Amino acid sequence: MNPAFLELRALHKRYGGREVLRGVDLAVAAGECFALVGPNGAGKSTTVRAIQGLTPTDAGEVRIDGRTLAEMGRTARAGMGVVPQTDNLDPDFTVQENLWTYGRYFGLPKTLIRQRSADLLEFMALSGYATQPIHALSGGMQRRLTIARALINTPKLLLLDEPTTGLDPQARHLIWQRLRELRRQGTTLLLTTHYMDEAERLADRVGIIDHGRILAEDSPRGLIATHIPGGVVELRRVDGDLPDPQDLHRQWVSLSERVGDTLICYGTDLTPLLAHFGDDPAYRWIQRPASLEDVFLRLTGRDLREETE
Amino acid sequence: MPIRDALPGAGALAVLQRNFGVWRKLLVPSLLGNFGDPLLYLLALGYGLGHFVGQMDGMPYITFIASGIVASSVMNTASFEGLYSAFTRMSAQHTYAAMLATPLRVSDILAGEVAWCAVKGLISAVAIIIVAIFFGAIQGPWVILALPVILLAGLSFGGLALVITALARSYDFFMYYFTLAVTPMFLFCGVFYPLQSLPPFAQDIAEVLPLTHAVALLRPLLTGHLPHEVLCHTGVLLLYTLVAYVLGWRLLSRRLLR
Repeated sequence: MNPAFLELRALHKRYGGREVLRGVDLAVAAGECFALVGPNGAGKSTTVRAIQGLTPTDAGEVRIDGRTLAEMGRTARAGMGVVPQTDNLDPDFTVQENLWTYGRYFGLPKTLIRQRSADLLEFMALSGYATQPIHALSGGMQRRLTIARALINTPKLLLLDEPTTGLDPQARHLIWQRLRELRRQGTTLLLTTHYMDEAERLADRVGIIDHGRILAEDSPRGLIATHIPGGVVELRRVDGDLPDPQDLHRQWVSLSERVGDTLICYGTDLTPLLAHFGDDPAYRWIQRPASLEDVFLRLTGRDLREETE
Repeated sequence: MPIRDALPGAGALAVLQRNFGVWRKLLVPSLLGNFGDPLLYLLALGYGLGHFVGQMDGMPYITFIASGIVASSVMNTASFEGLYSAFTRMSAQHTYAAMLATPLRVSDILAGEVAWCAVKGLISAVAIIIVAIFFGAIQGPWVILALPVILLAGLSFGGLALVITALARSYDFFMYYFTLAVTPMFLFCGVFYPLQSLPPFAQDIAEVLPLTHAVALLRPLLTGHLPHEVLCHTGVLLLYTLVAYVLGWRLLSRRLLR
């Protein structure tokens, strides 16, 4: 693997009495796409802010291409693109004016800004909207514009904080396509998400973060292979009662978990389980391959997290 | 955070340019306000009230009031921009957050915002000066010297407003500043009558307020005279600008870089 382009070492951050980051270590190679997944309040956004040098950390360091943020100073952000969680396009400007204004924040020359803007609108399939006001765009188009804006300085590192939250499937697919294309062109991507399918589709490696610490880190397939044995069967009773109260399933599966009215069974050969429950009219079941979501839920637990970030 | 980080760079110009770009889009209603309001004031106070007052401080009341309105309008315009408009950019539109994702620093944003407050103050002042010249209420060879004074006053009022904005949790918070600072200055700093007509303790209070010094510089310049104690008045405005800027930078850094 290439040497790390982005490196976080023992990052600690405390807000008042609350420890938000408790020693985050991660390394992203140049040209890699790394997804940071975790429940609300796990420390994803704080990590992204720390990489930009926008939050003073209590310990640890961030290195980009071998140099610390402190050494780089204001040049650090000149080489980054950021797609924030909250949309912050300029509502008073048109689509292209948003890009032009943003380019000026980087101190880029006007001709370059104009050229890049036109190219980026093309790349993000927004060319027909260059002179439209922001409010004329749909949510998905605004997100695409935000991504185009983040690329105005041709960044080597693109940080995306929940890039497709709240978008419809078509909009998400278009964005994923473009992000993969950027990765092919050599841009290093770090994205946070709580959509497991997004992480699975985009990332070379996934880090699962919770309570300010990275719990596991590997390729999506590697994580699944390590943490989930075989396939998955979910069992539910039609009447909503507890499925399999006598725990008969234990003899046929390697792992199981009860979540509310559902019994989730993991195992390499689940045929005996289905032979027993499959034809029982009191049961509903689905069989599916193990996914990153299973890993995520096993590692971070199934309790509901309220928004704290 | 080291104090040298408070020094803004060229990025402040990009911020200024951004605000100017938005203003240009709303040019017509904005200029209408700039020209319309002072015209109403001049007519109502200069002619209406002036009819009963006659002369004040050795000049027709409309002449006296015109220079006062220039100064108070710089205060009002710069304050409004630094409070409501800046807070909207920071809070509702997350414009500062977007800017901070680029090489811009807090000092660039603050300096650009303060400078924009001053420019807005200048625009409104020039509008009033044009209207007042038309009525013969502003004249003399020194009008051009009033422009840098107006910019300086705009910087100090803009800086103060941004300190309040850096502290504000909501728009309601600004009422305190208007009721406790802007309105008292509007009424007691020599805009409508000479400071000397106030009781001594009130004069003492007025002496430390920035608008008093803006009026003391602008009234002579706009009525054909050179002001006295220029260094003192300029110094006070400069001091307000610097102290407000450094304080605003600290508060804004604390708020934005958490």
